[in-house]
Amino acid sequence: MAGILVIAEAADGALAPISGELIGAARKLSAEGAGSVTALVAGDAALAQGLIAAGADNAIAATSANLATGTADAYVPAVEAALAQSGADVILLGQTSLGRDLGPALAFKLGTAVAMDCVELKVDGGKLRATRSAYGGNARAEVGFKNSPAIATVKAKSFDAPEGAAGSGSVSSIDAAGEPRVKVTGTSRAESTGIRIEDAPVVVAGGRGLGDEGGFRMLEELSGLLKGATGASRAACDLGWYPPSQQVGLTGKTVSPNLYIAVAISGASQHMAGMAGSKNIVAINKDADANMVKVSKFAIVDDYKKIVPALIEEIKKLG
Amino acid sequence: MNIIVCVKQIPDPETPAASFKVDEAAKKVIPAQGIAPVVNPYDPQATEAALRLNEADGGGKVTVISLGPDTARDAIKHALAMGADEGILITGPEFDGIDNFQTAKALGAAIQKLGGADLVLMGRAAADWDMGVVPTGVASILGVPVVTLAKAIEKTGGALKVERVLDDGFQSVEVNTPAVVSISNEFGEPRYPQLRQIMLAAKKTVQVWGAGDLGIADQLGAGNRDLTLEALYVPKVESNVEIIEGDSPEEKARNLAQKLRAAKLI
Ligand SMILES: Cc1cc2nc3c(=O)[nH]c(=O)nc-3n(C[C@H](O)[C@H](O)[C@H](O)COP(=O)(O)OP(=O)(O)OC[C@H]3O[C@@H](n4cnc5c(N)ncnc54)[C@H](O)[C@@H]3O)c2cc1C
Ligand SMILES: Nc1ncnc2c1ncn2[C@@H]1O[C@H](COP(=O)(O)O)[C@@H](O)[C@H]1O
Repeated sequence: MAGILVIAEAADGALAPISGELIGAARKLSAEGAGSVTALVAGDAALAQGLIAAGADNAIAATSANLATGTADAYVPAVEAALAQSGADVILLGQTSLGRDLGPALAFKLGTAVAMDCVELKVDGGKLRATRSAYGGNARAEVGFKNSPAIATVKAKSFDAPEGAAGSGSVSSIDAAGEPRVKVTGTSRAESTGIRIEDAPVVVAGGRGLGDEGGFRMLEELSGLLKGATGASRAACDLGWYPPSQQVGLTGKTVSPNLYIAVAISGASQHMAGMAGSKNIVAINKDADANMVKVSKFAIVDDYKKIVPALIEEIKKLG
Repeated sequence: MNIIVCVKQIPDPETPAASFKVDEAAKKVIPAQGIAPVVNPYDPQATEAALRLNEADGGGKVTVISLGPDTARDAIKHALAMGADEGILITGPEFDGIDNFQTAKALGAAIQKLGGADLVLMGRAAADWDMGVVPTGVASILGVPVVTLAKAIEKTGGALKVERVLDDGFQSVEVNTPAVVSISNEFGEPRYPQLRQIMLAAKKTVQVWGAGDLGIADQLGAGNRDLTLEALYVPKVESNVEIIEGDSPEEKARNLAQKLRAAKLI
């Protein structure tokens, strides 16, 4: 195989966590015979240098201002130039706002396929093989690629960034970019009070079983006490009880905290798709047969309205 | 506007894990007993978006296309009952085992056969394969721009203003028509067809097209699949749960807090 091209991402001048995860995935494939790892990022040489420090063999700074729009239209020519320069036959992107659009755009432009939201990647018989979940998380599919380059977007938290990697490769730059046909007129970041749910070591999440918005105040008290973040199932978000930016699951955030406390969440496959990687799951649910209870380490089968306030008191007592 | 909406029929995505079975040898899902297939949940939202745009505009036409087995007619009927004008069912044995990339080609060819449209609306993803690639694919075949994950859409003159969902917030964009837009769940609830509309929908025409009508027969079949399905299985989940007991909620909570502390989790 001829090498891997990683489409890294940055926010506020620093590499985003997904960039390290993608390089981690690429290093694994490289060790299995996929060739060297080239990483591209929109920005300057200093930012690209960070990709070498993060474990890439070579880095490319894509310098065109058009890339700041984050549109696939702008990125496609930049990626094509990077492909020509690196000779890579595998492209890895994050399952992010950028990757969701750019992965398919590249596939159709280059006459190949993209596997979206992959959780595992390996080299099999000299070709990329990707594992992804399907049917809302009820099934796993392993897919291969007929044509080259093989393209995959990678689900957040599926790979670890390489440790103490620090490569010694070179940084180059390209200025190719396309004209976006879509005009971005404004961007608003979701208001995040406190710790980002993706980064929180503890997540306390609530579902439809809370019964009302007020239940979330209780969960916020608990997550505050544990220095964590508060999340929600889609059912709770759709009911308007909690902001969609805090939704966990297939169509929401992917989290893998050390502790995930699921309160009145049944554990539908689409919810599990966003939190099954949690190291320890605790369920509070009045239904002993709920899927969330089955997959948890500890569970309390009771009404959350009685349990959560008592749990808050007990944790305070432990200090 | 002349709007085309693409709707897909899929196995009910809320099928409980216990009823979800896979034939690993055939690499296919075994339809769950007594659970009927449904319209992909985002696609009625795309239909809703089309209807609202034309209502605000004071006219227009909405054509619904579905590619699938004969039962996919139900997905079309649902959109017609919501208020869409005409339907097209793309069906035939040539489409068996079709992948998302071939689907984009077939839908693109069907839209071209219809003479194009001002706007093509789709769902953000089909909740069976959860790929979310067909909207971009169709846009690329038609040579028009695509905007994904729309939560609101409005027409102003010849352009569309779209509010889209990002990982960490929202983005406003403008795009000229013709374009493809995919609709996300944040768009809101689609209207629910009333009995009278369901009866009216029965009189609306649904044309049936095959691979030959679209001139793409040579691009179908397993040998033309860009993404090959190598294995399909149900991931194993082991249950090792410890149910925390106690005579009162307070005691259960105390026991849990102590367990969590002992495990250094809090
Ligand atoms: C395409 C698609 C994408 C989706 N994406 C997502 C996603 O990203 N994230 C997501 O979460 N869902 C998603 N869903 C929805 C998912 O299928 C479920 O419908 C949803 O997760 C259910 O939310 P819930 O567990 O809060 O509600 P329910 O399934 O209604 O469960 C409520 C739970 O609360 C318990 N309960 C009730 N009262 C109490 C009480 N007083 N005390 C304790 N327990 C109580 C009940 O026993 C039950 O287990 C998606 C669905 C589809 C079709
Ligand atoms: N077989 C199909 N028939 C009609 N529309 C489809 C079909 N497959 C996908 N689509 C459309 O494309 C969207 C995204 O699907 P996908 O890219 O397959 O996840 C869906 O929400 C539909 O609007």
